[in-house]
Amino acid sequence: MAQESLGQILVTTILSGNFVLAMFLGMCPFLGVTHSLAVAFPLGLATTFVIAIASLSAYLLNMVLTPLHLEFLRLICYIVVIAAAVQLVEMFVKKHSPSLFRALGIYLPLITTNCAVLGVALFQTAREYDFMQSMTFAIGGGAGFTLAMVLLASVRERIQLSDVPGVLQGTAMSLMLAGILSLGFMGFAGVGG
Amino acid sequence: MSFPGVQDTRPNWDEFMEGIWQRNPVFVMVLGMCPTLAVTVSAINSISMGLATTFVLAASCWLVSLMRKMIPKEVRIATYIVIIATFVTVTDYAIQAISLEMYEALGAYIQLIVANCLVLGRAEAHAARFPPMAALFNATGMGLGFTLGLVMIGGVREILGSGTLLGVPLFGADFQPWVVMVLPPGGFFVMGAWLLLFAIYRARKQRPDKPGIKPDAVKQAS
Repeated sequence: MAQESLGQILVTTILSGNFVLAMFLGMCPFLGVTHSLAVAFPLGLATTFVIAIASLSAYLLNMVLTPLHLEFLRLICYIVVIAAAVQLVEMFVKKHSPSLFRALGIYLPLITTNCAVLGVALFQTAREYDFMQSMTFAIGGGAGFTLAMVLLASVRERIQLSDVPGVLQGTAMSLMLAGILSLGFMGFAGVGG
Repeated sequence: MSFPGVQDTRPNWDEFMEGIWQRNPVFVMVLGMCPTLAVTVSAINSISMGLATTFVLAASCWLVSLMRKMIPKEVRIATYIVIIATFVTVTDYAIQAISLEMYEALGAYIQLIVANCLVLGRAEAHAARFPPMAALFNATGMGLGFTLGLVMIGGVREILGSGTLLGVPLFGADFQPWVVMVLPPGGFFVMGAWLLLFAIYRARKQRPDKPGIKPDAVKQAS
């Protein structure tokens, strides 16, 4: 697994191995905040930023923990670092864009419990990626997450204007749409090797 | 911390059943979606994942509740996360020791229980306000409700996608499996279909005294 080229990793994580649509990471914001494009896109970017920081920190933590044989502390260390990174992003957004801060609401601190962030740290460790591969994996994963958010938000914005049966409204509808999107993304299987 | 709205803090059966049915974490509160959709390709995977989550949920809610008067309000989320991560590490190593096959099937998703919103949500919303026994009771109910939800999705996906249930073939040799059901889109479709069924059931029942379910579920879906 460690032999994949950077281009392969990038294309795979964005398309055929999309974090949301193929690996089910980060489902909560995917279903929760995709009601409008204006919120979904910034949240995607914020998450990408946190994912990149988490990936970098996880790589550095591994360098410290592995020689000391403290692998069992990995998970606890990762989650603490991620929580700190999210706090940083939250303070930054609050200072520079209070309106966005209000729009994102509870979903901003909840990036901490976004599986995509922790997932990147865990998967890059499991696949034994080196530094460049880890960073590519993180950026690709973030881009894939943002892409999935934007796609679902756009579809849902259009659905709002159409006449949907009452029982299908809400989460059931979003899940069906996500399923169809996921089906489409499966068509990319094989792209990028 | 004391909350004036809380009258009865003794563990009771209703609270236990509430987690399994009325406020089922998967179908009503829509929490913890990542493992729900990712590992439910077969019934046995769903059961293992559900039980692992139940253990983490019950143990961390119990400990959070035990320590609720010691934890400063400002750092409570970080404290909960560390407590949860500890129990997840325990579970991770336990599963590895019990069944290596299952450990490989579930992969990183065992460690991702840390990021399951259900666990943190319960710790914050229930365990931090109730005494240990009540918290343990409620968390176990929620955990079993979560397991039930996973098995309902995993069972359907296994029957349609592989033609088996718990590894036992159900149909004859000429059954053509719906491969899409064990692939990622199948997870979305089966989950969506269950939600749809429950929505129809609720609409049929026409209970005007329970209109709060839907907005509540949307608000809590984090």
